[in-house]
Parts: sequence; structure tokens; C-alpha cells
Amino acid sequence: MFKDMMPSFELLMPSDLGNAVQLAKQQGEGGWILAGGNDSLDWFKDRNKRPVAIIDLAGIDSLKGIRETPDYLEIGALTTLTEIENNPVINEKYKLLADAAAKVASPQIRNTGTLGGNICQDTRCWYYRSGVDCYRAGGDTCYADTPEGMNREHCLFGADRCVAVSPSDTAPALVALDATMVVVNSEGEKTYKAEEFFVGPDVEITRMTVLKNGDILTAVRLPAAWAGATFYFEKVADRNSWDFPLVNVAAAMKLNGDIVEDIRIASSGIQCIPRRLTVVEEVVRGNPRNEDTAKLAGKSASRGATPLNFNHFKIPLLENLVTRAIRDA
Amino acid sequence: MAYMHIGKNFIPHDVEAKVTGKAKYAEDFRADGMVYCCLMLSPIPHAKVKTLDTSEALKMPGVVGILTADDFPPTPEPRDPILSNEPHFVGQPILAVAAESETAAQDAIEKIKIEFEELPFTVDPLQSLYPGGPNAKTSGNTISGAFGQPPELKSVKWKAKDFADAGDDKLPMGEENGATWSYGDLEAGFAKAHLILDESFVTNSNATHSLEPRSGMAYWQNGKVFVHASSQSQSMVKPAIAGALTAAGVPIESKDVVLIAEYCGGGFGSKIVSYPLLVLPALMSKKVNRPVMMRVNRAEEFFLGNARPGFQGRIKMGFSKEGRVVAADLYIVSENGPYAGSTEHSSAAEGVSLLYQPEAMRYRGISISTNTTPKGAQRGPGQNQIVEGVDPVISKAARQLGIDQVTIRKLNAANNDSKIGGRQMPLSSAYQKEALEKGAEKFNWAEKSKQSGKRDGSKVIGVGVGQAFHPAGFSGMDGLLRITPDGILHIHTGIGNLGTFSHSGTSRIAAEVLKVKWENCVIERGDSRKHLPWNMAQGGSNTSNTMTRTNYVAAQDMIAKLKEIAVTDLGGTADDYDIGDEKVFAKADPAKSLTYAQAAQRAIELGGKFSGVEVPDTGNEQTKINAETMAAVQGIAGTGLVGVARDTLPRTGTPAGIGIAFMKIELDTETGHYEIQDYVGIQDCGTIIHPMGLTTQIKGGALLGIGMASLERTVYDPQNGLTGSASLYQSKPPGSMDAPKNMDVDAVNLPDKDNPLGIKGTGEPPVGAAASALLSAIADALGGHYLNRAPVTRDMIINTLAGQPDLYKHMRINSN
Ligand SMILES: Cc1cc2nc3c(=O)[nH]c(=O)nc-3n(C[C@H](O)[C@H](O)[C@H](O)COP(=O)(O)OP(=O)(O)OC[C@H]3O[C@@H](n4cnc5c(N)ncnc54)[C@H](O)[C@@H]3O)c2cc1C
Ligand code: SF4
Repeated sequence: MFKDMMPSFELLMPSDLGNAVQLAKQQGEGGWILAGGNDSLDWFKDRNKRPVAIIDLAGIDSLKGIRETPDYLEIGALTTLTEIENNPVINEKYKLLADAAAKVASPQIRNTGTLGGNICQDTRCWYYRSGVDCYRAGGDTCYADTPEGMNREHCLFGADRCVAVSPSDTAPALVALDATMVVVNSEGEKTYKAEEFFVGPDVEITRMTVLKNGDILTAVRLPAAWAGATFYFEKVADRNSWDFPLVNVAAAMKLNGDIVEDIRIASSGIQCIPRRLTVVEEVVRGNPRNEDTAKLAGKSASRGATPLNFNHFKIPLLENLVTRAIRDA
Repeated sequence: MAYMHIGKNFIPHDVEAKVTGKAKYAEDFRADGMVYCCLMLSPIPHAKVKTLDTSEALKMPGVVGILTADDFPPTPEPRDPILSNEPHFVGQPILAVAAESETAAQDAIEKIKIEFEELPFTVDPLQSLYPGGPNAKTSGNTISGAFGQPPELKSVKWKAKDFADAGDDKLPMGEENGATWSYGDLEAGFAKAHLILDESFVTNSNATHSLEPRSGMAYWQNGKVFVHASSQSQSMVKPAIAGALTAAGVPIESKDVVLIAEYCGGGFGSKIVSYPLLVLPALMSKKVNRPVMMRVNRAEEFFLGNARPGFQGRIKMGFSKEGRVVAADLYIVSENGPYAGSTEHSSAAEGVSLLYQPEAMRYRGISISTNTTPKGAQRGPGQNQIVEGVDPVISKAARQLGIDQVTIRKLNAANNDSKIGGRQMPLSSAYQKEALEKGAEKFNWAEKSKQSGKRDGSKVIGVGVGQAFHPAGFSGMDGLLRITPDGILHIHTGIGNLGTFSHSGTSRIAAEVLKVKWENCVIERGDSRKHLPWNMAQGGSNTSNTMTRTNYVAAQDMIAKLKEIAVTDLGGTADDYDIGDEKVFAKADPAKSLTYAQAAQRAIELGGKFSGVEVPDTGNEQTKINAETMAAVQGIAGTGLVGVARDTLPRTGTPAGIGIAFMKIELDTETGHYEIQDYVGIQDCGTIIHPMGLTTQIKGGALLGIGMASLERTVYDPQNGLTGSASLYQSKPPGSMDAPKNMDVDAVNLPDKDNPLGIKGTGEPPVGAAASALLSAIADALGGHYLNRAPVTRDMIINTLAGQPDLYKHMRINSN
């Protein structure tokens, strides 16, 4: 139940990454990485997650800011969504991400919410958030995928016991941009392609990403290969602000005249991970960008969708958003 | 008429503290030795506590006490208990723990061992009405009892055939449990109708989500209880606190209650007078002998903050060729929560009878208990949700008859000679047609209505008109004024600070009548130690009409006393004198005068009725001043010239507060997203007191209505009674970005005959008007597809546009 009062815990405030990695290893299962706190604090206040020690990254300057290299643009995990929304280089070369960041929640949340936190945030399945003992919470049932479950927000694809969805607006943009996530732990640094970074319930039902206890996401790299491509981001929610996506779409296209030479496109709100729409990519790649291609792309986006009780509206919505991405980008 | 204050803007005295953060709300107070109390909430929609073991919790460091339902006498049915051993909804408080800190209190709650025996439950009235369906309470599913008789719970089941006949899309109509009336010849009405529409509709329950939750702090000192509370009212709350404490086994009189409630972060009807948590800090304080702070969190405010009941309704309406409503047959099933709730289907029916003036009408209604959060009045109780169901039916009829949307509404509009309700009672004023005309002009309906259905790429235009009503005035309250020897006019008001500024707006009537400059006035309010008169609870669009009457009569009493003092000191008769410039002067020789300051000094010297040492007692219950006012006068006796009177001015009928709204939206047919481009709101509120206050009321009301019609979600899982709307981000009331791009408001500004200054209330109708206008505009953009549901959420629009069926069973409530 909703408590709104955190239990006591140890607050650790490392000032450099090495120290943070060491603390994360020491704390193991009981540790929790804290960035902007927009998601974390809710869990603590409702007492539905009970970490023993919190490792607050706020004091680690090396995790903040945006750096350009010849091969990629590196965004520190602690960079705020507002900084991303306003950064001139991102706006010039990777506007897709700036547009996605600008659509997150509200200015207050974007001012404190970080890119790392936004892609590592947990699902918003309302049953899970109310503290029930479902699969994702370590139990042995799903409340949403039941005969009369209220699952308007839940998934169309990739259900495996859990039918929750990825709530992030920036995650599909990162998949579309073919980003790389840099993860550090006591054993060293490892990088993951965006698509590998996010994991579904078939892989790991109590996590949304590859990150395990002891892992820290340090940065996200956007490859130069997709800089300056043609982009499209659109999000449909109930409200115009302070609202998670029902469905969003993020597309990056390389055009040669009329022809779409290459495309990457992904959506949140339809699967537990930001879903890369590979069928759409295949349908579009090498074809002229016109109404027909756009329509066909839209139709192909929903192939294989299995709606639940209340979420079949997401099928036409996804189809239309994909059509628009191809047509209007 | 040229007024000094009426119709002019001013800056209310509490604004600065509110915008600078200096305003102290209940949660901001501290007292020496204060402890904190937290609630343990039920995770189950209906259960009995089988075993409860608090021993470990009591041993936890910092814990000072636990309060359970066993600490009080049982709460008589169907009232909402403070704590309960038989929780009837998820989120109901079972017990409260007080500790040195909130962390300690929550830690202790985790140590409580509790076992439940789960009981049958339901979150849908129609499920409960089905033969063999579950009852929300062991004692039944509906409250009956004749008017004035103690309410009684009984079990009502309809026949399977009622349901079978109705099918999935129509409301079955079984036994209505006594709530029924009719007038005119209904059958003849339908027989002569050119068009008959039979529409079933659902309006969801709406949580109140007051921005300030009902947190409170209380302590006992020298036999008095000091209560810092979040309350939208003032005078009426003090005796209610005494009553609630007494009922909970702590007897106390109203005179020993000190209520401090200077600011209130919204109540919307949920903090009108008493609510169960209001006295919990005082009861805990009594038990643990320490001041107690209870900070209510967002989710608790959802669970315990009273929600508007949802309706499952059906209306059959007959129209003449010209669009006149010749017959209306209304049936409402109200989703009432587990306790007394609100039988607001009757006010809903009254609203229909007023707004459409059917030549013949029948109303039937029943409230069914559910295991959802308790229900109560919310801004426009009954009147605002019914227009979500019914006003779009008028739009649909206009479409089918080929009549203009404004024309059909004008044809059926109420006027000063119209009647209301089953007994067809008179009105003191109604300017519905004038409001429609003013709105149509301001909105430029003639031009904008032509854009209906116009397409631009994927976008399409929809336009809509909406209307709503609320009675807007009450009688019998008292006014209390005082002029002190420094010449200051003290206006004592027992109105709460709901955020409407009517504590000041209505006070300006005293200044107007007494011709006092506003800078020479002080409003005494917000703390019962300031000697406040018996005033109306702040709600029901009543404050403006009611409390301008009280301040008017008190000012008249003051003028009479000023003249009497002038006669005593300067000779002549009362008729020889007039007032002006804060003086009482001889009409023939204005130099012969007393300033108000001098008169106040003389009042103290003269004593008796002048300084409030004596208060005339008419001995008649219908005319005498209330005991609370008497106590207030005693408190200020001897400090100046006192004007005090009860409002016994004539009341010839219901003052009709009527709201009209116009909306234009642009709907994207590919995403179901729309933008509200234009909104115009017009209010029939009599004479305008405070233009700025009126503007914020209408615009704020419109935002609430937009939420009801399209955004605010109320979701219950029928399998376990859990709710998916307990947080603001889940229930989605509109934010600033959801407001219409252009908002323009105005009022008819024609006087009501039962108020000496022509004033009526405003608070409620703008909500329903905006809600119904938006629903009609959405249907218009969808090419005349009426979804007969509120809210119409994004998913429903997308399904409609895609030609897919909605997977909501149409009559199911609280499912989107
Ligand atoms: C009311 C509301 C509305 C919202 N609406 C939207 C929306 O519309 N769209 C959207 O995309 N998001 C939305 N959000 C989510 C919000 O943007 C995220 O909660 C936020 O971005 C999380 O960032 P944070 O820095 O505050 O993370 P935190 O809350 O601090 O962390 C979130 C999670 O990520 C982990 N984490 C964070 N950083 C790292 C790191 N560097 N390494 C390892 N693990 C890490 C934490 O351990 C935690 O599990 C909303 C949130 C709220 C509360
Ligand atoms: S959808 Fe997933 S998170 Fe939600 S109740 Fe089912 S298992 Fe839990």
C-alpha cells in the first residue's frame, strides 16, 4: 500500500566513479544506484523496494555532460533531460533524442531526471506499482493479464508471464539512433548495443535492462553514422504533459533523394522493451518515401500483435504513428 | 447603478501569503511535544479483521500509542467510520499509530499482525443488482428509509429478465427504491413526439484530489480542543467537530472547540463540513496526551477524500419537430461507495427538469453501495455528471432534426417564470436564453459552427455547446459587523477560504451598504477565536447569494443603530439622517454629523444593543439569531458599534445558477489527439461582485469539466477491488498544457430578485457546461458519433476512428 514515508537506509555519496563502483560491489543485493530520484524515491516512499544502502551518483562529475569524438557523441548518464533537450550539438545532429527528451513528463521532472535514469526506469504497470506480489515483484502471478485485468496501458508484443511495457520516451530514440550503452562494474567496462541493453521478461522478469547489482551505466554513445539523419519522434499520451506514452515512435532515416536508403525505427508502450520495428525497416528500406510506402509500413508495424482486454486501440495507433513517421519525417 | 465596490476588482487580502508561501495550512503548524500519526490502510475491498496484534508495534522505539475502531462507540450505519474493523474498500483506515516521527510510525505499522476474513465485494452497481450478485455490505446494497426516518440498509436485486431485455448497451431498469417523481402526462408527451431518443450512458466516479490533502493537527489545553484543519468552511465546522468528538466518546461542546482553518488548498465539496479524518488527530491527542499531527498523503487523499458518485443512466427524450422537449424519462443508478454517500441522482433529475424544461418528465433513481472509495458531494453534485449524459443527447437530437445547436437549447431554456423539479417549484431568476445568446455572440457561433466537420489533412474540426445548472442561494444565516473607535469596519465572516475569494467578495457588500472605503475594512475570519457568526458552509454555489444577504441585513442593522446614536446625540428623528463618507449626518445640515469612529466610541458608552452587550432575541426559531452568533457577539461586546442580524429577507424561489459553454476542437484522426482551440464560458450569476474572481471560477471550473469529460481516469479491477487511479499521474486531471488555447468568459449580469443586490452563485455550473460542451464537440468531430460515456478517453476515440469496437462493456462503470 501507499506509505509515502521512506524507511531508514544508508546514504552513500561517492565523489568519483571508482569509489561508486567499489561501493556498488560491496553493497551487492542491498545496494541501489540513485540518479535524479524521480523513479527511485517513489519506490522507497511506498516501501515497495527496500534497499539497504543508496549510492547517490550526484557527486560524480565525470558522469555529467556531453562530449564529442570523431566516432560518436558521448552523453554522461547523469546528464539531465533538460540539458539534452537544449544541447546545441544534439539538436543539430541527433534531434531525435532532443525531441524525445522534450516530451518526457514535465519541466520539473526533466530538470532533475537523468538520461541514465530515464532508460533504467522501471515499468509503470499500475498493479506492480501498488505493491502487489506479481511475477515482476518476485511472486508467481500476473494481475494485469487476467480475464478482467485493467490493462489498457499494457503490451501488444513479447508477453511472457509479465505484460508490462517500457515507459521511456528516450529509449526508442536511442534504439533508433543505434546507441551504445557503457556499463562499468568492479570487473571493468563493457558496452552494449541499445537493443541488447533492454531485456524482456523472457530473459529476466524482475529487471528491465541488463544491469545487475554492482553495475553502473556511465554513458550513452550516439554513433556518428546516424548524425544528421532524417528524424521523426511522436508520442501519444492522454495528457499533453506529465504523462507517460501510450505509444510513441522514434525513427531515423537516411534518404537519398526520394529513396529511404536506411532506416531504424522503434516504439515504447507496446512491449516490455523499446521495440525495434524491424519488419517496418525491411518494408521501407530501399523504397521511395511516399504515401504507399508509409501505409504499408504502418500496416506491417502491428504484425504479430496480441492485444489484451483493453489495449487493442494501440494497434491502429501504432500503425498510424509509423505511417506518419515515414510520411511526415 | 453606480457602486463603490460591487463589480470592481480588488486584491483579496490572502493572496500575497498564498503566492509567497507565507500562508500556513494545517500541515504547517507545530506544537511542543507534537507526535505524528500514520494510518494503516486495508489492502482488501471487504473483509473483517479476524485477529489484530499490536503488541510488537507498541514496543517499537518512539511509538506512543495506537488507536483502533475499538476505541470508539460503533458508528451507526450507514455513516462512514473513522477507523474500522470491517473495511469496505481498499485504502480504508483500520488503525492509526502515533510516534515521535512518521518513519517510526510507519515502521510500527509494519510490525502489526493482522488477519482478515475476506467478504464478498463489488465495484459495479449493476453487478450487485443482478440476481445473486454480491452486496457491498453484509447488511445490503442500498439505503432506504422515508425522508426524516433513520436510513436503513436493504438488499435489492433486479430480475434477470430486466438485464436480458436491456442487453449489453442499455441500462436495465428494475425497482427504483422510492426515489421517483413525475409531472405532466409522459405518455401523451411521447405519443406526440416527432423524435424519440433512448440513450443509456455512464459517467465515471471522480476523485476529488484536493491539492491540500486533509492533513490536520490537534491538541487539548485547559478543557479546550485546538484543531488545525483543512476545511473549505468555517462556522458550521466547529459544532460539527464537537458533534463528531462526542459521537466518538469524547463529549465536548462547540464553545470548547477552537478551529483554525485560515487557508484551504481546495475542497470541491469534500471538506464542506465534517469528514471522518477531521477529528482523528484530536482523538489520538486525547489518547496519547500529546499534540498530534496527521499528514495525509496523496494516495490517502484519493482513498479518503470523497469522490463524486458515477452514474449508470438512461434517458428517453421526446422532441417536437421544432426541437422542444415534450417528454423526458430519466433513470439513474448511482455508484455510491460503501457508506451514506450522496443521493445526488435527485439533484441530477432536478437539473434536467430545469435546463430542458420538459413538458412532462419522470425520474427514477437508486443508489447502490459499492466497495470503492466513499462518495460525497463534489462541485455540482449530480447536476454536473448528469449533463455529461444528457446534454449531448440534445446535440444528437438537433443533428437528427436538422436544427442548430444553440437554437434547440434556447427553445428549451429556463426563464424567470420557469419551474423546477417534480413539484414544479418557482425560480427567483433564470437567464438561460440570455446566457446562450451572449455566448453564441462571443464565440461567434454563427461562423464557427460552419467549420464543423471541416478537414485539413488528418485534422477535423468539432464544435459543441454545453450547459449546466446549480441552485445558487440559501437563507437564514447571520451577519455580524463591528465598527471600532478607530473607524475601522470589521466584517466578521464564518465563510471558509475555499480559494474563491468569496470571503472577501461577499464582505464587500457590507462596505458597499455602509459606504466604507475598502482600506478601512478588516475581514475577521479563519479562526474561531475571531468571533465568527453562523454562516453557510462554503459550497453549493451558495456563498455569494447567501452571505451577501447576511452582510446586507447586518449593515442595515448597523445603519439603524448609527442613526439612533445620531438622534440621541444630535436630536431629531432617524429619518432626518443619512450616511456617507463614513459619517452619519443630518440630511438638512450635513455639518451636523458623527463620524463612524465617533459613533463607535458612543456605542461603547451607550452599551446595550449598540455595543453588543445585549442581543435582541426574537424568541422565534425562524427569526432568532443562532447560538454560535450569540457567542461571537458576546466575544466582541463592548468593543465598538455592533451590527448583527439574521437574514429573513423574502425567498420566492430557487435562484438558478446556469452555466453555458462553447468549444471548438481540432481532432487528429490518426492519433485521437485533439486540441481545444476555443472555449467561451458564460454564467448566469446575477449581479457580478468581483469580475476577476468570477473569471477564475469559470475558467477553473471549465478545466475541471474538461478533466471529467476527457482525461480523469477512475479504474477499478473488478477481480480484486484494486484501483489504478490513486496517484495524480494515474488519474490524470488536466494540467495547464491541456487547457484550451483561448479562454474567454463573461456573465449575463442581470439581477436576481431575491437578493437585495441581485447576486447569485457561480461555483458549480461552469464545470458541467464545459464537460458537456467538450463531449458534444468530440462527437461532432467524430461525425456525430456519440460515445455516451464520460470520460471519453484517447483509446475510445482511436477505436471509434479505426472502426473497432470498444472493448469496454458499455454499461460498466469506472473502467476507463
Ligand atoms: C509523474 C512522472 C511522469 C513521468 N513521465 C515520463 C514520460 O512521459 N516519459 C518518460 O520517458 N519518463 C517519464 N517519467 C520517468 C522519468 O523521466 C524518470 O523517472 C526519470 O527520467 C528517471 O530518472 P532519474 O534520474 O530521476 O532516475 P532515478 O529515479 O534516480 O533512477 C531510476 C532507476 O534507474 C537506475 N539508475 C539511474 N541511473 C543509473 C545509472 N547511471 N546506472 C545504473 N542504474 C541507474 C536507478 O537505480 C533506478 O532503478 C515520469 C516520471 C514521473 C514520476
Ligand atoms: S504486467 Fe508484469 S508488472 Fe504488471 S502485474 Fe503482471 S507481472 Fe506484474
